Amino acid sequence: MDFDDTSEEAAFRAEVHAWLEANARPRGRERGYDGRVGPSTADAMSEAKAWQAKKAARGYARITWPKELGGLGGTAIQQVIYNQEEAKFDVPSTYAFSIGLGMCIPTLMAYGSKEMIARYVAPALKGDEIWCQLFSEPAAGSDVAGLRTRAEKEGDEWVLNGQKIWTSGAHYSDFGLLLARTDFDAPKHKGLTMFFHAMRLPGIEVRPIKQASGSSNFNEVFFTDVRIPDSQRLGEVGQGWTVALTTLMHERLAVGGGQGGAIDVKELLALARHLELEDGPALRNAHVRDKIADWYVRSAGLKYTTYRTMTALSRGSQPGPEASIAKVVVASKLQELCAFATELESEAGVLVGDDAPAHGAFQLGWLGAPGYRIAGGTDEILRNIIAERVLGLPPDIRVDKDVPFNKIPGGK
Amino acid sequence: MNFDFSDEQKLLREQARKFLGGRCPPRRVRAVLESDAGYDRDLWKSIAGMGWLGTAIPESWGGLGLGALELCVIAEELGRVLAPVPFSSTVSLFAEALLLSGSEQQKQRYLPRLAQGECIGTLARTEHAGAVTPKSIRTWLRAGRISGTKIAVPDGMDADAALVLVRTGEEVGERGLSLVVVDLDAEGITRKRQESIDPSRKRAVLTFDEAPAELLGEVGEGWDLQRRIMDRAAVLTAFEQVGGADACLNMAKGYALTRYAFGRPIGSFQAIRHKLADMYIATELARSNAYYGAWALSTNARELPLAAAAARISATQAFDFAADENVQVHGGIGFTWEADCHLFQKRARDLALALGPQRVWKDRLVTELELSNVA
Repeated sequence: MDFDDTSEEAAFRAEVHAWLEANARPRGRERGYDGRVGPSTADAMSEAKAWQAKKAARGYARITWPKELGGLGGTAIQQVIYNQEEAKFDVPSTYAFSIGLGMCIPTLMAYGSKEMIARYVAPALKGDEIWCQLFSEPAAGSDVAGLRTRAEKEGDEWVLNGQKIWTSGAHYSDFGLLLARTDFDAPKHKGLTMFFHAMRLPGIEVRPIKQASGSSNFNEVFFTDVRIPDSQRLGEVGQGWTVALTTLMHERLAVGGGQGGAIDVKELLALARHLELEDGPALRNAHVRDKIADWYVRSAGLKYTTYRTMTALSRGSQPGPEASIAKVVVASKLQELCAFATELESEAGVLVGDDAPAHGAFQLGWLGAPGYRIAGGTDEILRNIIAERVLGLPPDIRVDKDVPFNKIPGGK
Repeated sequence: MNFDFSDEQKLLREQARKFLGGRCPPRRVRAVLESDAGYDRDLWKSIAGMGWLGTAIPESWGGLGLGALELCVIAEELGRVLAPVPFSSTVSLFAEALLLSGSEQQKQRYLPRLAQGECIGTLARTEHAGAVTPKSIRTWLRAGRISGTKIAVPDGMDADAALVLVRTGEEVGERGLSLVVVDLDAEGITRKRQESIDPSRKRAVLTFDEAPAELLGEVGEGWDLQRRIMDRAAVLTAFEQVGGADACLNMAKGYALTRYAFGRPIGSFQAIRHKLADMYIATELARSNAYYGAWALSTNARELPLAAAAARISATQAFDFAADENVQVHGGIGFTWEADCHLFQKRARDLALALGPQRVWKDRLVTELELSNVA
């Protein structure tokens, strides 16, 4: 057992590091956690695009993609090494491109024609064109196959009507991957079809959602008589669920880690070091020490689980199912830890922003944590996935499975 | 990154799992639990015959000369089957302590016999309920003889030798303490069995009245030394606990797949599925922390105290949780004597307390974080 690179890995790390030194600034002071994901200004977006283009030119934008598609033709462990090295530098966030490259484009590669691949992959890789994913709806969250956005065929065109929600980046995206219902008489999984389309079309309206935390990272997207050609269909009519599973499989690889790790034991320790409680310094308080230890063993457990996953990749084998536990652990830890930190701050814990200790990082983390426990699979859905895919337990009974969609009770 | 066991170590794990699966079914654990037997002598003999007791003991002292990682592999498999043998006291505590700080002569005297399974060793610290602190130690060493009483000593009835934490000076604090080795067949020693939560690992009270003893390490180093011994034992015990937790998860899963209620397997109900998912999560976190402990132990890293504390806390939480939830998944039958659930639950609690409670390890962990600033 060791934490060392193989000689090939070390060589790749050196190569990547040298390139980053030549092309990026070393990391200065830690960037604060502002509760946002994705670029929030036009300047931030153009910086992000410029950085993405630079990476793409070198093949680093997608290490594991084949060279002919603009990747490096590298391995999964090389991608991990790149990510580790890049984290040491102060580079613009490329979050805006991650949904397109992580989910939409892989779906297009699996189901699109050669012409589509030639047309769309390269601009997405360079950051010239941004994609978003339009699956969730107000009545179709965890039960995404219950979606109601309607696609009706008229000649060689499809007419779209309905509403999507929780769409990250819809406001700056150029294209969307859309799952819609094409048959309301078929059982719910069998009446779906996958499409893609330009986001700036007549009849598409994007409205930001103001979250409970106060920030806006997601949108609602409304479709009113939007017309798209049949050539923008991915997979057969009625095969949409199968296509979506490809996308969602990539989603699970892409989510995880993320901003939920931004506030952790290190920050809590720093707070406890200088706060005074009734009986002296917070860090000397037995209850505080007890909680710090609990969260530390969860954080460390996840860190070393990641090392196990990396080891599997490094040995050229598939990682085990242990990687599936990350988000469910991180999200609730974030919520508990931030709430506890505000307890330590006591009555002043109600303050936010610069008036609060650590510039309000714990308050911000607490405000955002509920969303993190939902996004990309709720705590409950993730436990179901572990139960079924890892432990092999039978699925829950689905009373709506073989019923025509338009006969399924909808509630309010 | 090479943060996993090697192919050879995995092969050893497979062999151990197969061997113990055949030789140590739950009825063998029950046989010890329900009788006055201190341990399963046949099983102990076979384990010694496989060379496992000497896994980490150098060949020059009759061991296999493998390393800590191989010992971790063995510990996990023994924990999985709740092996009713004095492995943790003899190997994880006594042998590891001798390897850490025994004199040449002490090693020569004990290690070959330990490796052969001819000597059972243990560690005796506690004198009464409540925290084990320097102040709590009242057993004295004077002129090469000890006097005092130690309670809840693991395998105390069967041990041939014990490490005993004793007072050698009047100083308040750590410097007044030393560790000694005592041959338990010597004069001035009486022992009496104590009933305990997990009778598949028996406990005893040892009373010393001018019993001959020999220092392990230097005078005044006892407290520090036993802490280092506990760090090493914590990692090995964490593997036992992870093995036990994993066994509980498998047991609960097996039951959830075959038990029907309301016309369907109970494993199809989310309430049960989520319980099992949480058991899986706790067990994987504990496994990863234990792996880091194994790395620290095998390389004698300066991170060992932190790694050991994290492995200990995580594995204790996982085994307790998995053992408790296993009973609940089984429902009423899980609370009967005939079901095996309670065997795991009892072992989980025994191991949780054996090296000191979570409170102590959590405090140590945070102290290490403060020192290292690595959090």
